[in-house]
Amino acid sequence: MSAPPLVRSILATDCGSTTTKAILIERGESGYRLVSRGEAPTTVEAPFEDVTRGVLNAVREIEELRGRRMLDGDRILTPQNGDEGVDLYVSTSSAGGGLQMMVSGLVLQMTGESAQRAALGAGAIVMDVIALNDGRRPHEKIQRLRQLRPDMILLSGGTDGGDTLRVVEMAEILAAADPKARLGAGYELPVIFAGNQAAVPMVRECLEKRTALLVVPNLRPTLERENLRPARDAIHELFMEHVMAHAPGYKKLMTWSRVPIMPTPGAVGLIIEKIAKRDSIAVVGVDIGGATTDVFSVFQEVFNRTVSANLGMSYSVSNVLAEAGIENILRWVPFDVDEVELRNRIKNKMIRPTTIPHTLEDLVIEQAISREALRLAFEQHKQLATGLKGIQTERTISDIVNQSESGASLVDLLQLGLLVGSGGVLSHAPRRVQSALMMVDAFLPEGVTELAVDSIFMAPQLGVLSTVHEEAATQVFEADCLIRLGSVVAPIGAAREGQPCVTVQLTGPGVDASPRRVAFGELVVLPLPADGKLRLTATPEKGFDLGAGKGRPIETEIRGGVVGLIVDARGRRPFQLPSTTAERIRRLRAWNAALSVYPREV
Amino acid sequence: MAHSYTPGLRVTSHAELIRERRLPLKGDVLVQAGDAVEARTVVARTDLPGNVQTVNLAAKLSLDPAKVPSALARPLGSAVRKGEIIAEAKGLFGLMSQKVEAPSDGTLESVSSITGQLIFREPPLPIEVEAYVRGVVDEVLPGEGVRIRTEGAFLQGIFGVGGETHGPVAMVSSGPEAELTADLLRPEHRDHVVVGGCYVSHATLMRARDLRVAAVVVGGFDDRDLRQLLGRDLGVAITGSETLGFTLILTEGFGRIAMAARSWNLLAAHVGELASVSGATQIRAGVMRPEIIIPRIGEMSAPAAEMGSGFELGAHIRVIRAPYFGRIGAVSALPPELHDLDSGTRVRVMHVRFTDDGSEALVPRANVELIER
Repeated sequence: MSAPPLVRSILATDCGSTTTKAILIERGESGYRLVSRGEAPTTVEAPFEDVTRGVLNAVREIEELRGRRMLDGDRILTPQNGDEGVDLYVSTSSAGGGLQMMVSGLVLQMTGESAQRAALGAGAIVMDVIALNDGRRPHEKIQRLRQLRPDMILLSGGTDGGDTLRVVEMAEILAAADPKARLGAGYELPVIFAGNQAAVPMVRECLEKRTALLVVPNLRPTLERENLRPARDAIHELFMEHVMAHAPGYKKLMTWSRVPIMPTPGAVGLIIEKIAKRDSIAVVGVDIGGATTDVFSVFQEVFNRTVSANLGMSYSVSNVLAEAGIENILRWVPFDVDEVELRNRIKNKMIRPTTIPHTLEDLVIEQAISREALRLAFEQHKQLATGLKGIQTERTISDIVNQSESGASLVDLLQLGLLVGSGGVLSHAPRRVQSALMMVDAFLPEGVTELAVDSIFMAPQLGVLSTVHEEAATQVFEADCLIRLGSVVAPIGAAREGQPCVTVQLTGPGVDASPRRVAFGELVVLPLPADGKLRLTATPEKGFDLGAGKGRPIETEIRGGVVGLIVDARGRRPFQLPSTTAERIRRLRAWNAALSVYPREV
Repeated sequence: MAHSYTPGLRVTSHAELIRERRLPLKGDVLVQAGDAVEARTVVARTDLPGNVQTVNLAAKLSLDPAKVPSALARPLGSAVRKGEIIAEAKGLFGLMSQKVEAPSDGTLESVSSITGQLIFREPPLPIEVEAYVRGVVDEVLPGEGVRIRTEGAFLQGIFGVGGETHGPVAMVSSGPEAELTADLLRPEHRDHVVVGGCYVSHATLMRARDLRVAAVVVGGFDDRDLRQLLGRDLGVAITGSETLGFTLILTEGFGRIAMAARSWNLLAAHVGELASVSGATQIRAGVMRPEIIIPRIGEMSAPAAEMGSGFELGAHIRVIRAPYFGRIGAVSALPPELHDLDSGTRVRVMHVRFTDDGSEALVPRANVELIER
């Protein structure tokens, strides 16, 4: 879709599970800028059951703040006429729990995983992956399909011209389950078939009368190739046609915007992909919410997204404790906490998810939990963001030396150029250095990596905007959305505490050009200007590697940032915290003091 | 800033309530609109379709899948008993015949000539839905269930485990600030809804289970003990289907927290009366809290005033996060500007005058809940 000739103003909304956020973008002398934002509770549930009410309330807040009319009763005024109305309206949505899918393939690690990547990349939550070899008996699969009531099912399996019999077997299991859609019995469940094309007539015979079946090209036409785009596009199409059209008020909302409504994470993924492409860098983005944590990555030009459906800071906070274990959370807390007391605090946050930390100690504990939620979500991401599995490759001497294999994770922290954080605990941390350190501790970047946060979580709106007006989306993203924190230098290697580790030197306007030696075990920050670019020379000691080889210096350009250049000489591979409580607390306190993480010692 | 408020939990001596009682599938409704029902009255009944099994007849009979439909010993839709022959194929020269027996009682549902699989359905499971509360059938949902109207005392907890139950109310602790200890539980508490004060331990709950107490209602409980009770760490708060032998409801939260005097007094006013209790809790979009309903049909005075939609000066609130967690007071000021907290966060706050000692404190608005007057 092409952009209108001159767009003067853009209204963009994101209907979240709990809050609907609206932003107003206007074109000024310096280009497109964010001028106002508003928010209101989302209204998909009783008593309103009409998502447009929340959208109107959020827009009304902007009207009041800007003193500018954008609504005509229950309608958004378009195009802009004088000082009234806007030229463009776009929206994303994750209301009602987002898009919840089940996917299926023949082999869990092959077509099953490809199908999972297609669904996750389209912005869905994958509730389960069903495969012939998943260890469950057919009746257990049928039971599961019935219980979960997904919004949509993606059926794949077989390479083109390969096995048809077992593909049909999966379709028969699906037909026997006769699953009903989550949002009501009044419509047929959308099913996408993206498997062996030779099986299409038989799959049609089996499913066409029972489901809203859509057939697209195979997402794994050969073992060596994935073709996820047609399946992803079909997911977006059916999301609009079937799922959204049945959610309360969406039919009306869809008539307001000439741009299709996108699932929120799908829109965030778009913006991450665009940054990676524009700057030719590897990017990792994370959005940590109350219920879920989404991780996005682009490595070797391959985009991946995962959703950790039960890792979050409020509704799912207790699950972080269950998955990480109490000792992993406690290792980030620089004071003694009774385990019973900590468990109770976490559960109290879960049962009253809207509360916020009042005391500094409470904030420190919450940020400790977030480190573990982020770490676990990233672990899950690394496991799924892999090359294709099941491929026979001719191994060379260099493969043997590098121990590379098919199905290895694409995530290579030494290649990572930019790490972007978003979500309440990162976007709203009282000090930006807290966000930076939470990301560094959870992701353990290696070499030199830039850090940034989304100022108010507007990446979804900018993602969908980028599909129709890339210029506006990019300008607002750079000027108002992305807050550049600085960079982190982290050498790989280990030594005794206090031994020399790395020397860094910055050159450029407004910085101290004298070299700074950092000893192993230290964490230091060097101030940077907020804007502009500088030259960094970092020389690791023998035994330490920044990506150019052990002991070899690297020279690179880095951007300014509000936190500065963090030199993390705490070691990598392994990164280890002291095992004794007293020593661990001493070190955590020293690092917090060095970076002025908190206003006082905790 | 957007308008927001914490609705708080309802604790009221008089509420009019509707409880929907629905079958998981279509079935028969056994009562009519206007009928009086007791908690145990069965209001609807149905049969759940049995589990589905797949039987690979092609493999078991060594047959081409296309020939499998004609090998069935009984027509599709037939009911068969466990061990009965359901398919048969003659071997070479009609001599060695191969037979397949029904894996359990059930029905032959469908067969595929492409894969040679038989879909076999096990017998249906009968399901009954009880009224759960004493009341009157307000509306019949044909083929699905009913809505029961009831009125009486109503108390929502903050968290619960265990399903629906009922029994007479028994006040067991000496007061809202006293722990419910094992020695206070006696055989006469069998099938009762036992009310404790600030805390219950896992050991006391085990004693309650041994005595077959219907439900335990207390202010607080340790997460460590919850883990022991469930045998796992509870990750996501979706409860209600646990089979513990009793239902547990927390009125305040995790830890040792005195039950709000208002909740204690309300329950104490209904000693010996039948209470319907549900531990089901879901903390996600469309939140569900555990509840205690003590029906008193036609005996109540005018309903209590409902809550306003936001905080006002003088409103009664409870603080729901440290450092004042569990304390009750009244709103004494609502400054519009943002304030810096000890944590460094800038947020909207309120001044609260605490009921117990008259002291005042500054509390984030997000960290309080309204209590009904």
